Amino acid sequence: MLEMFYDVIWIVLKIALILAPLLVGVAYLTYAERKLIGYMQVRLGPNRVGPKGWLQPIADAVKLVFKEIVIPTRSNRYLFLLAPLISMGPALAAWAVVPFGEHLVLADINASLLYILALTSVGVYGIIIAGWASNSKYAFLGAMRSAAQIVSYEIAMGFALVGVLMAASSLNLKEIVLQQSGSVLHWYWLPLLPLFVIYFISGVAETNRAPFDVAEGESEIVAGFHVEYSGAAFAIFFLAEYANIILISLLTVLMFFGGWLSPFQGTFMEDWFAWMPGLGWLLAKTAFFAFLFLWFRATFPRYRYDQIMRLGWKVFIPLTIIWLLVVGVMIVAKLPPWFA
Amino acid sequence: MAFEKIIFYLFSAILVLAALRVITARNPVHSALFLVLAFFSSAAIWVLLEAEFLGIVLVLVYVGAVMVLFLFVVMMLNINIAQLRAGFIRYLPLGAAIGLVVVAEMAIVMIRNFGLDKVARPAAKAADYNNTEAIGRVLYTKYLYAFEIAAVILLVAIIAAIALTMRRRKDTKHQNPSEQVRVRKQDRLRVVKMDAEKKQ
Repeated sequence: MLEMFYDVIWIVLKIALILAPLLVGVAYLTYAERKLIGYMQVRLGPNRVGPKGWLQPIADAVKLVFKEIVIPTRSNRYLFLLAPLISMGPALAAWAVVPFGEHLVLADINASLLYILALTSVGVYGIIIAGWASNSKYAFLGAMRSAAQIVSYEIAMGFALVGVLMAASSLNLKEIVLQQSGSVLHWYWLPLLPLFVIYFISGVAETNRAPFDVAEGESEIVAGFHVEYSGAAFAIFFLAEYANIILISLLTVLMFFGGWLSPFQGTFMEDWFAWMPGLGWLLAKTAFFAFLFLWFRATFPRYRYDQIMRLGWKVFIPLTIIWLLVVGVMIVAKLPPWFA
Repeated sequence: MAFEKIIFYLFSAILVLAALRVITARNPVHSALFLVLAFFSSAAIWVLLEAEFLGIVLVLVYVGAVMVLFLFVVMMLNINIAQLRAGFIRYLPLGAAIGLVVVAEMAIVMIRNFGLDKVARPAAKAADYNNTEAIGRVLYTKYLYAFEIAAVILLVAIIAAIALTMRRRKDTKHQNPSEQVRVRKQDRLRVVKMDAEKKQ
């Protein structure tokens, strides 16, 4: 009994060890976003709180926590308050199976890829329930748009993952990374290039980020599903969105860019970078993809809603199916260096 | 072991309560959400039974896709509950009879085939046993034909659903995105060269 107790304590400690840096990462991703978009638009971004604005995210968090949570009168009280939690839960729970290194993983389960796909698809409930429970037309329209969008892009995303699992012949994220060891050319971005592009774009669409952020399109439906939310409840939605951005970036790295493997593996420069731990490479690559999310937001105008649906159903899904056939041919042909 | 039992009873209790609320909740949206909860708890129980693939797929397919579309539709409907209840007494005998038949069927199956004296306790699998791989192997070897037939039936259903709903009303202002994408500058824009006007 006591041993089990220690086990549980140990697991909780590990969870804290994953979540605490994640939440700090989320806070500073918002800072990075405001700063970067500021520079891209020839502004300075936040620069008043702390040196160079470093304390801005903390000030924002304190402000949001101390604000009143306004509950609309004719709203559905319980669901209204439950919705942020439902969107937060899956966004954090997915991190349980994410490997940060060969032995750095909380739950090393066989079907971790499926688990992540299942949990990211559950996140949409937070948005739908928020939109419905607010009893507001803008919120409801935003929720409907977002639900349709997420369900559509999930199919393309799932097919892209099928390509990865075909290539690695494993559903375990750790195995998928280990299969890519060798050199940069062994990573799956090359044989699965279309799937990688589709996965990442679908990831942007799944997290409702610009240019696919019609769910909260300010110019049309004010702020979409979270128009009625304030204070801490709004902060939780915000947190979930950014946690998902980091998750999608990390998954892209794990599945297509060799995870914690060094990009100099197999070249003469390998020894020069031997001091860099695998986690460092993983975080550096993840930071690059998170940066892409911000770059997209500053660069592209918002898609029109019917064009989003067309892109998902008529372009991405057929393309992924075709590329799955190509991957099958490559596997049968034992194409080196990936499938030999 | 005790810990697993606690978790099992916890999820079973949630499952039964959620299933009850599905049929007793007044608001159809609440019913749909309780159904989601029921799916989730049964997925958890499957994971406890070492059927992690089935559990995850249940969440992925039913919670992540089917129920989202369900909720989508239910939220759009304007259901008048009083009207729905009007025929309650009239339909009660029929409903009760169907319920009794279902209970009887389940009782027959349960009493005949369940329990440790009827089915031997399955041997515990080793820690590295891969449930997903095992299901894949069986599906693509032993049950290949059944699997393929199921796939073809699903395909037919998809085609039928599309054929039934694909119609284009004349009066909608339907946009044709591929035409819009193909538009070139010279189709829409005419650059006119004009001499500068003289200063007056």
